Amino acid sequence: MGSPVLTHLVSDIVAGRLRVVDLTHTLTPEFPPIVLPPEFGESAPVRIEEISRYDAGGPAWYWNNLSFGEHTGTHFDAPIHWITGRDQPNNSTDTIPLDKFIASASVVDCTCEAAEDADYLLTVSKLREFEERHGRILPRSWVLMRTDWSKRAGDPVAFQNFDATGQHTPGPDVEAVRFLIEERDVVGFGTETIGTDAGQAAHLRPPFPCHALMHGAGRFGLQCLANLDLLPATGAVLIAAPLKIRQGSGSPLRVLALVAA
Amino acid sequence: MPRRNPLLALDAPVVPPSARSRAAQGLTAAAALGVFALQRCENCGAVQYPPRDACVECLSARLRWRAMERGGELLSETLIRHGQELYFRRRAPCRAGLVRLDVGPSTIVALHRACEGAPSRLRLRLALDKAGQALLIGLPEKDVPDMADDPIIRETTCAPRARKALITDAKTRVGRAMAEALVAAGAEIVWAGFAAPWKPSPHLEALRALGPVTPVPLDVTDESSVRELAGSIGGKVDILINTAEHHRPGTIASRSGIETARAEMEVNYFGLLRLAQAFSAALKARAADGEASSTAWVNLLSARALSNDPAHGTFSASMAAAFSLAQALRADLQASGIRVLNVFPGPIEDEWNALVPPPKLSPEALARTVVDALERGLEDVYPGEVAKDLIARFLENPKALERELAG
Repeated sequence: MGSPVLTHLVSDIVAGRLRVVDLTHTLTPEFPPIVLPPEFGESAPVRIEEISRYDAGGPAWYWNNLSFGEHTGTHFDAPIHWITGRDQPNNSTDTIPLDKFIASASVVDCTCEAAEDADYLLTVSKLREFEERHGRILPRSWVLMRTDWSKRAGDPVAFQNFDATGQHTPGPDVEAVRFLIEERDVVGFGTETIGTDAGQAAHLRPPFPCHALMHGAGRFGLQCLANLDLLPATGAVLIAAPLKIRQGSGSPLRVLALVAA
Repeated sequence: MPRRNPLLALDAPVVPPSARSRAAQGLTAAAALGVFALQRCENCGAVQYPPRDACVECLSARLRWRAMERGGELLSETLIRHGQELYFRRRAPCRAGLVRLDVGPSTIVALHRACEGAPSRLRLRLALDKAGQALLIGLPEKDVPDMADDPIIRETTCAPRARKALITDAKTRVGRAMAEALVAAGAEIVWAGFAAPWKPSPHLEALRALGPVTPVPLDVTDESSVRELAGSIGGKVDILINTAEHHRPGTIASRSGIETARAEMEVNYFGLLRLAQAFSAALKARAADGEASSTAWVNLLSARALSNDPAHGTFSASMAAAFSLAQALRADLQASGIRVLNVFPGPIEDEWNALVPPPKLSPEALARTVVDALERGLEDVYPGEVAKDLIARFLENPKALERELAG
């Protein structure tokens, strides 16, 4: 027996009543990687190396060898990524229940704040203000912080935004993270920047709250998202399934959003 | 430098004949280091030329290579107007002289144009020719203005003056010092490679103020980045100086996993390979392109490439791999007359040698040594006291050095 919901879903996509929005940056060697202080181990960058291209190495075929760290490009963070999430059940990309990879999304517009202050921290009052206008954030949904940071992706210096005190990119404050977990039961938090936490989040208490608290509560992260400006504040549905890597702490992925046209 | 007429065919690089006896490779070894050395008999003291297996006086086989006095007397001179070898046909006429060395033997040398006619005093220099083989050159006893403009000097050296150079990583103090030294030596253009543009570098910023320096994006770990830059400036580079280095100190037991070692290999070994594949073809093609032809490839290696320093275990291994690859590169570029200069510094004054006790080599001293080696046409350089000590111990007894470094 087919489901009328699925039938309608497909026919609405075909008819253009539902748009599919790509929230993903192209995976390239040039896309800025996460940068840690040099005393720590480093993520391998994205590398695409040609095996053959209709040449002596393969006369009729073109293919590449691909290598990257789990946290490169537009990517997914699993709870096992952080020490606080290490004992969560089903905490890696291969064991997370599949139904969590499809969820609705609230898009909180912080573009003005981020334009004024690269170190802007999203607060509970900003979230409550969002809810007053667009309704309560749904349980098991994504909250995406829109900053239009993705529009800097063509300029790696502006995207990374380093100075002598480190990186300056927006993110959530500690209380906002707690609120989303404890009061709203979100599935995860997504950003357009290189991390779900702010660039200066090492100085918050606890450090990196969106990693420490979200993953500690078994929730996920999405980062380096694109095209959030094409999404409505509420009502979009995200399809965001990471690669099924054994004990994977995350992976680059294609993030699709279904949106009413 | 005057511009080349682009409608005329580019001269194809031709090198002089390179066949030598095994004994004569001793001259090549000395010339590669810029030393004037000949064999001397340990038995009777007679100095030998040409190099041989047994003493010309007493037939003893105990011949040892030793640095010698460079003075000599020009006995006669010949102007060579014609040669059968392609290389000499192109360069005729050239002066050759018969010289009696102060240390004994007589030899035929190529004469600098400022040498007086016979009889006269002159100085000898042992240099590497375009084929990478030893050549004896007679120089005037005292320096004259524009010494280096002589054709035979130009043929045997790789001076940066009026040439275009690429420094593969100019974001470090070494890269900056290298660029500054090249500018001071009269380089026309210095392309200053930089990876990861979002990581600010005070050194690269300082270089922007120098007229001949142009920063260019280059990440030697990314094949597409290397190919893109080669596509843009590859046909213009006369001297490539590979300063890109990744170094993390530590014993192999001090880290789990291979990510740091892999990162070192990605830069130090595979980076060199990517550069070689992308840049060497154009470099070879322009090896006879007039006075400012392409001329040299410099690898900043490490004295730790000779024998592993276990306190820098994976770094030493990556540099040993790079050294081996640099030999393959040299074999490839030799046929076109492009010199590969391998530099083996001891510990450099940088953050990754912070725990190494002095003496350490300053990046500025290293850069001066490299420019000097290019101007003298050397092939192997061991800058600094530590490197000189290590190569001497290595040549004397590699096993002893291995034990000593194991501490």
